[in-house]
Formats: sequence, C-alpha cells, structure tokens
Amino acid sequence: MSGPRVALFATCITDTMYPETAKAVVRLLERLGCSVDFPLEQTCCGQMHYNTGYYDHARPLARGYADTFAGYDHVVVPSGSCAGMVREIHPDLVGTSPPVERTYELSEFLVDVLGVTDVGAYFPHRVTYHPTCHSLRMLGVGDRPLTLLRAVRGLDLVELPQADQCCGFGGTFALKNAETSTAMLADKMHCVRDTGAQVLTAGDNSCLMHIGGGLSRLRAGVRSVHLAEILASTQEDT
Amino acid sequence: MARNPVTWLGSPTFPKAAHAALADTQLRQNLRKATTTIRGKRAGVVAELDDWERLRHAGESIKDDVLANLDTYLLRLEESVTARGGVVHWARDAEEANRIVLDLARAEGADEVVKVKSMATAETGLNEALEAGGVRPVETDLAELIVQLGHDRPSHILVPAIHRNRAEIRDVFRREMADAPASDEPRDLAEAARRHLRRKFLSAKVAISGANFAVADTGSIVVVESEGNGRMCLTLPDTLITVMGIEKLVPTWADLEVFLQLLPRSSTAERMNPYTSVWSGVTPGDGPQKFHLVLLDNGRTATLADTVGRQALRCIRCSACLNVCPVYERTGGQAYGSVYPGPIGAILAPQLVNDPDDEQAASLPYASSLCGACYEVCPVRINIPEVLTHLRSEVVQAKGKRTPEALAMAAAAWMFGDPKRYEAAQRAGSLTRFLARDGKISHLPWPGSKWTSSRDLPAVPKESFRAWWRRNRG
Ligand code: SF4
Repeated sequence: MSGPRVALFATCITDTMYPETAKAVVRLLERLGCSVDFPLEQTCCGQMHYNTGYYDHARPLARGYADTFAGYDHVVVPSGSCAGMVREIHPDLVGTSPPVERTYELSEFLVDVLGVTDVGAYFPHRVTYHPTCHSLRMLGVGDRPLTLLRAVRGLDLVELPQADQCCGFGGTFALKNAETSTAMLADKMHCVRDTGAQVLTAGDNSCLMHIGGGLSRLRAGVRSVHLAEILASTQEDT
Repeated sequence: MARNPVTWLGSPTFPKAAHAALADTQLRQNLRKATTTIRGKRAGVVAELDDWERLRHAGESIKDDVLANLDTYLLRLEESVTARGGVVHWARDAEEANRIVLDLARAEGADEVVKVKSMATAETGLNEALEAGGVRPVETDLAELIVQLGHDRPSHILVPAIHRNRAEIRDVFRREMADAPASDEPRDLAEAARRHLRRKFLSAKVAISGANFAVADTGSIVVVESEGNGRMCLTLPDTLITVMGIEKLVPTWADLEVFLQLLPRSSTAERMNPYTSVWSGVTPGDGPQKFHLVLLDNGRTATLADTVGRQALRCIRCSACLNVCPVYERTGGQAYGSVYPGPIGAILAPQLVNDPDDEQAASLPYASSLCGACYEVCPVRINIPEVLTHLRSEVVQAKGKRTPEALAMAAAAWMFGDPKRYEAAQRAGSLTRFLARDGKISHLPWPGSKWTSSRDLPAVPKESFRAWWRRNRG
C-alpha cells in the first residue's frame, strides 16, 4: 500500500478489554488507504501511574512508548485520554521525541492528517456523543468527532445535554472517591437517557466503561460503542 | 510551630466528608442551582472579549514576575506604604498575624471591629483569635454575615453561604437578629442585614480588611466588592488594618488594568464590579487616619520553593474554578475542610499546611477527576490538574513503598514493563470471565466493590486484541 505507515497504539484497556475497538481502527484506517502496524512491544502509556502520583513508575513506560513507536510516520490512538497523556505529559516526564509529536487521537488523525470527514460509514441508529474531558480540554479535539459522526449514513445524532460535564471516571478517582464519582455518573446517565439515544459513543473506552457500566447496572437499554466502531461500520456489516 | 488554621481542626478526610455531604440532597440542589447559573453567566461575559486568552496570559506573566521577584516587590511596597503614612507589619504565620491585629485593635480601645470580606483573615482564623482576646468581629459582607450569625463555616470563596437557601437564611436571621423579617424574600433579608450593619458601621472605631491587590510602586491597596459594605468599612472608622497574603502584589498601577478585567468576569460574571476601593496610605482629613498593613506568609514562602506547586500563588481568588468543578458541585465546599475549597483549595491548602503527616490535607489532591474544567477557566492559567498530580506524587513519596496501593502500583508497573509479562497478565485476566454473567461482572470483593457498588464491569474477553493480531497478522 502507498498510504502513510501508521502504528496503532491500542492502549492497555482497549487491547485487553475492548479488542473490537482496535480491530475497528485497523479496518477503518486500511479502508482509508493506510498501512497499519501494531508493534507488539507496546503496553501502557503510564497514565494510571502518573495520575495517581507514581511518577517513577510512569517514566519507564513513557520511555518504552518512544522506543516502540520510533520509525513510524504516525501513531494513532483510539483514546483522547491516552493520546493526551503521551502528547502533553510524556514530554514533562522524559522529554519529547518524534513519536510523541506524531501521536494523534483517532478523530484528529482522520480529520487533520488524512483530511477526511466522511469515512464512508453506515450506522442506522440514534446516537449521542459524550466528549470526554481529556479529548476536549487536554487535546482540544473540538467538534472533529461530531463532524465525523454527522457524515455517517443512517445515523441519527442527538445532542447530549451538559455534554462537557465529566462522567466521574477519573481513573483511580472512581475508587478513591467512589461516592462522588457515582454522583457525577448519575447525572451523566440522566442526561444520556434524556436524549432517548440507543447508543452512547465517545472516543475513550475508559469513560465508556464507566458510563456504560452504570447504564448496564440500571438496565437502561443504552449501548455504549466506541467512536471507532461506528466509523468502521459499513452497509455490508448490517 | 502552631497548627496552620487554613484547614479546620478535626476535619475528616475528603472521602469521609464527601459521604456526609452527598447525602444532603438540599445542599446538592442549592449548589447545583447556584453554580449552574454562575457558570453560564461567566461563559457569556468571557465570550464578549476577543482578547480573553491574551488577558489570561498577561495575568499569568505578571503574577509569575511578582513571584520570581517577590523580595524586591515586597520591600518596594513597604517603602511606598510607609512613605504615604501607613505602617507595615510582617507576619510569619497565622498566629503572628492574629496577634498583631489584636494588639492594634486593643491599642485603639476597640471592643468591636467591622470586617470587610477577606480570605486572608479567614485563613488565619482571625475572628476566633479576636473573640478570645475580647474583641468582637462583625462581618459586613452579607454572605459572610450569614455564616457568622449561623455559627457556620464558609463553603465558597466568593459566596461563603452558597450552601444556604433563603429559607435557611431567614431562620438564621430570626435566631440572631432582634428585628429579623418573617419573610424569606431576598429584599427583606437584605434590608434586615442593612439595618443591622448600619449601626455597626457608624459606631466602629476599627475596620479590618483583606486586599485583592497591592501596587508595589504606589503602595495602593485595592479591594473589589459588590455590596458597598466594604466601602463603608474602608472609609468610616478611624483605623484600618489590612491583612494581605504576600503574593497579592502587582508591580505597577498599569498592571491593575489586566486584573480588573480578569477578576469580575471570572468571579461574579460582571463586566465591572460595582465597588472598587483604592487607597494609598493615609490621606489627612479623608477616611481612616491610621493605616496598618499586615503582610502574611503562613506557608507561602514554602510553597514558593516548589517549582510546580508555586503557580497556586498566582490565584486571585475569583472562584471560577469552584463554580465549574463537578466535584465541588456535588460535595460542596465544607467537605474540603478549609477556607479554600474546590480545585484551588485542593492545591493550595495542602501546600500551606505543608505537613506530610496531615491525613486530611493529603486527601485533598485526590478530590478531583482531573477533568481540567478548572484550568480552562482560571484567569491566571493555573494548571490545577498538573499541581494535583504533582501533590499526589509528594503524598506517594511521603507514604513510602509499603502501602497496599504502592505495592499494587509497583506490581502493575512491573507487569507493564515487559510485553511478555503484560500478555501473560491479559491471559490470566481473561480467566476471570467465570465471575461474569451475561458478559458482565456485578459484584467484586473489596476494593473492586468500590467500582461494582454502582457500575457493572465487562468481562475480560477471551482473546485480547494483541492475541488476535498475532493470530491474523503476526
Ligand atoms: S485558581 Fe484560578 S480560577 Fe480558581 S480561584 Fe484562583 S484564580 Fe480563580
């Protein structure tokens, strides 16, 4: 293939818990003409350690990231939060490096690097989008995900009230301050249910695991699906 | 050394305090209403300025310059205040500041003093110290008065009684004021407070204030407020004592231009605040004839020594970060156990306390999901999430390597440190599928129960992406 050589950084949570998201990224990028590799040396960006205050443990993981992804044109991450960790925090921890500077969150890569907003997807469902905090505020992905979703055929996009409010995940915050986290989650779920959407999407599986876990407990009948899986869906899938 | 009263003695750690606060549905309703309104208004007035981001950068640079050259600017301020007839006092900590103020009030023969709303004196616990010394402090800011009369604690920097609704306020007034109204109409409540305070203004010999800004070049002190009660205190009594944190400086008069735009829009969502009082030393025949300025350290120089944490000293106490904080909105301010609640409190209070053994202070940097809403609105661009994780790293260092959390984190780091170990852990993890029903896990033993008490967890799939890749593409 002649397209850019792209490395997928799946992130530990997607690799382990949500393999379908990573497969969707591969399908989507290949469909758009990229050649995709998944270097097997990759593990975790170190965000959990960093956010919880274990800088000494986060540093070797940040170094490992730079080593693993040296030599690719671009690194694509299906997570605003891990892409934010790499781009905004790795330089503080271990200095910057070419792979860090060439790391993109998925919607950024599609819109800014490949220059596409219509990825040729088909997803005939009522969908609402939660802009996760790190993609919104750390990376500033803005309305790129919404632009991509609006171009998906069959998709009925409904606006999420108070979308920019945190869902209460925050990594170890969800455990250390479980009750406050749950109170934030309750309000987020309320807003999601108000939309009447069948599907909740976002660019981060960690936040989706949190909101989706709450919705599942309530048997709310709203599925959570990563943005990549929607963008990878085509008419043939249905 | 005496305990720093910036956090309240005996306060539980944040998660414990939050537990109680979250159960108070009235509190949550009051807060949601108040913060949602002010959030929207702030966003509106900020959007009016197309140079808002440049103003924020300017505010940041001016404050960084002040902090980098604090010694020079403080001496310049002392010189200019003294030259204009004021007296400057230096207070190492809260206790020293309180003693200076008490001695000054007593020297004037005052048994009652009127107070302008001030965070510095709330931080030092001045009211308690004055009372213990036989001098009655009277808060004249309406919200501060409500807290004082209610024998309550503040829960917000700007609106310390934000956790109270008007019915609760009426009840406080009826308990504490002779001629309190029966109605809970804001008009009637304000009128009752006005009558109550008017008597105090006219009889007070001494007023005590804080300062929003002090101009090093001219020795001018600036107080901004909305009610005009501050103006009464600053002009009527014969003696004025101002207590000010040493970081409240700006170098020149021209620098005020930046902050007088940033502050009102960020705090009350006003284009301009209703009352801006500025005075430089003493003006014969006009206003207070004796002026004392107490410069308060109370942990600030120690904070300044921390290259990451020092940015907290840029804070201009606008409270925008509180109003946008999803944690603050749920728990309220008192859960932070400090006069500085919310995101700024979570980074400032522990630094001022500066005691690694203080469990309550150590719990504050964790009172955040790191959503970043605070950093986005902060008019002086304090990267609050960065300071939060930095302070967490200090807590981690202080607690050592043997805590259950430290051991778990070390194990996770070891596992992530090698792709083979990581893959083995994935395979082991996928064995936990037996815990799942219908693809989800609803009950886990502690500490997993902290998650599953309100959220399901998906079962770990049989095949990781990595294993799939190896099988299909490897
Ligand atoms: S930290 Fe920033 S937003 Fe918060 S009170 Fe201080 S100046 Fe305002």
